[in-house]
Amino acid sequence: MEDNTKDINPNSSKPEDKDNKKKPVSEGRRDAIKALATVPVLGAMAYGVYKKRKSEVRYNASSEMFRFKSDVAPLPAVSADDKIIRLGLIGFGIRGKQLMQGLGFATPEFVEDLIQQSKKDSSNNAYKDFVEQEDLRVEIVAVCDIFDTYATEAVAAGSNIHREGKNGKLGTPPKKYRTYQELLADPDVDAVVIATPDHWHGTMAMAAANAGKHVYVEKPMTWTVPETYLLRETIKRTGIVFQLGHQNRQIEAYERARQIIEKNLLGKITLVETGTNRNDPNGAWVYPIHPDANPKTVDWKQFEGDPERIKEYLDYMTSANLAGYVGPEARDKFSLERFFRWRCWWDYSTGLSGDLLTHEYDAMNQILKLGIPSSASSSGGIYFFKDGRTVPDVLQTVFEYTDRGLTMLYSATLANQFNRSRKIMGHDATMEVGSTLTVTVDPQSDQYREKIDKGIIKPGEPFYTYVPGRSVDAVTTATEKYFAERGLLYSFIGGKRYNTTFLHLKEWLQCIRTGATPSCNIDRGFEEAITAHMGTRAYLEGRRMYWDKEKEEITRG
Amino acid sequence: MDTSQYTKTQLVLLVILRVLIGWYFLYEGLSKVFAPNWSAYGYLMDSKGIFASLFTAIAENPTLLSIANFANIYGLILIGLSLILGLFANVGQIGAIFFLALYYLSHPPLINATYILPAEGSYLWVDKNLIMMSALLVLMVFPNSVCIGLDRFLKKNSTKAQRS
Repeated sequence: MEDNTKDINPNSSKPEDKDNKKKPVSEGRRDAIKALATVPVLGAMAYGVYKKRKSEVRYNASSEMFRFKSDVAPLPAVSADDKIIRLGLIGFGIRGKQLMQGLGFATPEFVEDLIQQSKKDSSNNAYKDFVEQEDLRVEIVAVCDIFDTYATEAVAAGSNIHREGKNGKLGTPPKKYRTYQELLADPDVDAVVIATPDHWHGTMAMAAANAGKHVYVEKPMTWTVPETYLLRETIKRTGIVFQLGHQNRQIEAYERARQIIEKNLLGKITLVETGTNRNDPNGAWVYPIHPDANPKTVDWKQFEGDPERIKEYLDYMTSANLAGYVGPEARDKFSLERFFRWRCWWDYSTGLSGDLLTHEYDAMNQILKLGIPSSASSSGGIYFFKDGRTVPDVLQTVFEYTDRGLTMLYSATLANQFNRSRKIMGHDATMEVGSTLTVTVDPQSDQYREKIDKGIIKPGEPFYTYVPGRSVDAVTTATEKYFAERGLLYSFIGGKRYNTTFLHLKEWLQCIRTGATPSCNIDRGFEEAITAHMGTRAYLEGRRMYWDKEKEEITRG
Repeated sequence: MDTSQYTKTQLVLLVILRVLIGWYFLYEGLSKVFAPNWSAYGYLMDSKGIFASLFTAIAENPTLLSIANFANIYGLILIGLSLILGLFANVGQIGAIFFLALYYLSHPPLINATYILPAEGSYLWVDKNLIMMSALLVLMVFPNSVCIGLDRFLKKNSTKAQRS
């Protein structure tokens, strides 16, 4: 029995024996299987990645289609040999201060404030950006503002040549002039920056050009229609370097957008949608009133305007039965509201057309080379800010370009800030234009029919996105787009943050040195001013305005 | 922990956890390799919390940023491979916890912190990074790559070396 039992399990002791000597083949294999068990997971990953990459083929298709000739070249650096340009500044209000900062000048108080802000919040780069902003090789030699406090501040800013805070070392202070005429008579002034209310733009720009000074003037370049022709004629005759203050000319994305249009990637364009949405008192021109302002510190007589311009304005308003829009207060009556919030009254302002439509128009004029529309019609009203203003806070203007076969719509409200993108709508695709560009292919496109059918292009989904500061023309991730739209990627450009005002001034100054023509020259300014005036007149008169191309005249329907 | 005491189910589940975390890391790394010009810049600039200034300083220094980008991409890939293959899994897990800790510290789910890229869930103090860190700690105290994974060979070789 015992023997039998042994016989029944003859191999029972074998494994122990083998363990002492040598592994069995089967266990070695099991070892290997256990060690390598998870390796196939890598195969699954490889397969997944391959499939995913293949599905992204449309990305490559878009990068091929959207390949551009070259990147937008940044303006060359200012060299130490460049001639110093001596500037005069007319107007040191909200925009005048921004322009001076663009030139590298601010009051010590302002700089001190930036320093304190950056001390409180280390992520605040405003001070660093300002101090590190390229030196444009300019001197502020003369300033003029009809409000004494602003004039004094302008002197302080102009002399703060080292961009220092309180108790810093100042340079020679600029001369302070009481009137712009005196400033323009100063032979030390090579060029002027004009940042006054609209009703002074044209008059001052003409006077400056006639005095041989180069001009940078804020938009819109004119307040009345007649002076628009006069200004164009003056600039052309004098040959000075003229730049209209549309800093958006420097937005890299617009140049890309122009190239996309040039390549006809959108197909036949029939509709352009632009607009303005703002929803705060400041955005509706209810600017703060300075506590130091009073009839003694403000030169009201000068504020009233140039008599010739006022006559042109009143002639038009009377002849078109628009006397109800004039005033309502007498022009010679001192008013702090009118002085600081001048944009609210036609007596000084060009309204939404001149202030905000111009930005939208200029963007589209850059991209589409629109020129002056064949007609304009407008509607709107004062629906929210019932504060005694005469200019509307809601405005819709429709411009027809019959030669081009397209309509441009401008739609604005100052009592809602919902984000509406600018859209250029073509038969084959729609392009949204902002600081980034997005092209979405239309499901009914003919140009992309084959690609849509093959599934290479998914219509209705963003097909191409351009993010400034990147050299690769491929579809970017949603993340990157998100970051770019919030301005986080801009510091990649030359390692510095984008300040379009600085770039626009720099372009003007470089043109003065080289004799080249700036991007927003007098012809662009003329097109824009006429377009804005057509929109305004259509609103005021409540009827369509036409542009007679031959006679270069705005005519009624 | 003596791995031979695990039941089969325990071992399989531990390995699945390890492989899944490895997959997550590996694909995060690979996707950055394939994304043209990928950079951690935006993510770092969007940092919040007490270490935010440290992370934004890295982003704003081109040299540090390129080091961070390189370390992130290849770190993620190596960690992913380590966890999936069970090769030097301990080192991989420590690396994974280190990376997750950095992500957690740069984007802590604080009461008032909002990020440009909103998270896909709602978090208060605890987020998925923190949970994954805990899961990795669990894996470290319950080692399994010596059973299922290439570390099995290493263990065998080291015991052999000790014997001879």
